[in-house]
Amino acid sequence: MNKLYEKYIKTDSLPTLFCPGCGNGIIQVAAMNAMEDLGIKDEVACVSGIGCSSWIPCYYKLDVMHTMHGRALAFAEGLKLAQPDKKILVFTGDGDCLAIGGNHLMHAAARNIDLTVVMVNNYIYGMTGGQKSPATPKGSVTKTSPFGSIDEPIDGCKLVSALGASYVARWTTAHPVQLAKAIAEGMEHKGFSFIEVLSQCPVQAGKSVFGEKDPAAIMKRYKEGTYLYKEGGEPVEGKIPIGVFKHDTNAEEYIERVERRLRDQGIERG
Amino acid sequence: MAVITVDKVHCKGCGICYTACPKKIFVKSRKRNNYGSSMPDTKNPENCVVCRMCERLCPDGAINVEGE
Repeated sequence: MNKLYEKYIKTDSLPTLFCPGCGNGIIQVAAMNAMEDLGIKDEVACVSGIGCSSWIPCYYKLDVMHTMHGRALAFAEGLKLAQPDKKILVFTGDGDCLAIGGNHLMHAAARNIDLTVVMVNNYIYGMTGGQKSPATPKGSVTKTSPFGSIDEPIDGCKLVSALGASYVARWTTAHPVQLAKAIAEGMEHKGFSFIEVLSQCPVQAGKSVFGEKDPAAIMKRYKEGTYLYKEGGEPVEGKIPIGVFKHDTNAEEYIERVERRLRDQGIERG
Repeated sequence: MAVITVDKVHCKGCGICYTACPKKIFVKSRKRNNYGSSMPDTKNPENCVVCRMCERLCPDGAINVEGE
């Protein structure tokens, strides 16, 4: 067994409910590596919504809130305002974050509140049986789009960086070292950190989106179908940009704004 | 020399480790894990360069690498 599992995972609740080859386990290990690098296990609290990816923090030996569908960010903002010294790590899926929780995502990004959001994008609603999600690529044949999806997929990274999130990055499960580094950077960064992780769902997305069910083949596709984003660089046709898109350290954070206003009014926070 | 162990209890037999290892140490075998699917065997573990990519990429934390 992985050495970090003893320290971070409730080993008596194993095995995890993830299917064989699911990318969520890789993201679980990456987040554990990030916490281990920073040495901040006691300061972290996790919040998650509903979906396969929202089961990631439930196996951690940390303070975890498993909340309503799409409302993970609303709960996380409340937790952050009540306990500003905690580092909040939010695990959410593409359907949870972009569809039903899209409004909360927009407002949390616009406020630039100090949260670290790990959005696991597996291109489909995996837990409920393979329905089309907002991130599903055009033309995919799913349970709810039997003649091919006609919607353009929503790009979560572009959405939050337009609204004012101060740390935006995208990595895949085929880049676990960079992903762990991005999660660590996001937790250290003061402001809204949004990390999109392209993950594989070999069962549902393997059937509907990729056309192959081998998790290793999907990860190879992620490695070959992506290019490293550089500011001012030329976009590569037909490939997905990965890397750190935005890292703004000067943006004002929401808790600081609240505290300054309270100080101006002569109120001491207890 | 690195000692590589694959946990029979936690392995789900997804096969990511076969392609994750740059030295191709994990090979398909007739060994079965507790789920009944085939689990990897280690071949020539003395070639291991301790990059720990298998530890990071195993979704179920079944692989442990002991070494420098």
